[in-house]
Amino acid sequence: MARVVVDVMLKPEILDPQGQAIVGACGRLGFEGVTQVRQGKRFEVEIEGELDDARLADVRRLAETLLANPVIEDFELRVE
Amino acid sequence: MTARVGVVTFPGSLDDRDAARAVRISGAEPVSLWHGDADLKGVDAVVLPGGFSYGDYLRCGAIARFAPIMSELVPAARSGALPVLGICNGFQILCESHLLPGALTRNSSRHFICRDQTLRIEATTTAWTNGYAPGQEVVIPLKSGEGSYVAEAATLDELERDGRIVARYVGTAPNGSQRGIAGITNEHGNVVGLMPHPEHAVEALTGPSVDGLGFFTSLLSHLASGSPVGAGAR
Repeated sequence: MARVVVDVMLKPEILDPQGQAIVGACGRLGFEGVTQVRQGKRFEVEIEGELDDARLADVRRLAETLLANPVIEDFELRVE
Repeated sequence: MTARVGVVTFPGSLDDRDAARAVRISGAEPVSLWHGDADLKGVDAVVLPGGFSYGDYLRCGAIARFAPIMSELVPAARSGALPVLGICNGFQILCESHLLPGALTRNSSRHFICRDQTLRIEATTTAWTNGYAPGQEVVIPLKSGEGSYVAEAATLDELERDGRIVARYVGTAPNGSQRGIAGITNEHGNVVGLMPHPEHAVEALTGPSVDGLGFFTSLLSHLASGSPVGAGAR
């Protein structure tokens, strides 16, 4: 079994109100010096059998069609 | 013949009954459509209602986009034949389906917004807005947590240049929508996405106005004026 991790982040130019809320909480909790937090998503995709190039290409297609919305999000794949 | 307007129910749809009611009040026959059936039942137009389809899991509308009903709806809508109005979650589904450009993101205020909202109708040649006067102001409810419209600058310029901005918020956009956009249409004018809820403003007893009724009566004028292709009619 193989595991592919897909990290999805809002594109830098897209406002992240959740991240801003976290920055606000950091200040209130006394974590000084936190200037920015961007919140993203991590998907752990488990694949049966060997992970060959074709399988990895499938996961990439999965990421760009379902896991991420390329209009507002970037994603990165890595094999674990 | 009475127009038949489908209203799709997804798991988590909230406003399908209000949408069907608005269709009925406008003088058409509402037809219930089920997300799991790849069957448009030969309807003349479709409303994708508001709510939280599939619990808004992953992203709003991201899972609904792949529902069996959408495999019939998307090609018919993309061709320009089938009028489709996506309201709130329906607008999000239309963007996720790439029937409309851009995306809806979390309100910049971080708050869920629920209020009567003044809009200015701009594009009045669409299937759903031909009954309004250009620049007409209407008051209809806005209730959404992820209603901030975003798109690339080039896309926004194109929408403005081609007259595809259906409605803008009057005053500052309460959710941070770029260029104050509350609703847009596709290049054919048959697909319209709108964040506020016209189906909640169709009767004086239950709405802040009856300004929303125009979306549904516009559709009837549109259907009467042409020779609409009944989607999936067999």
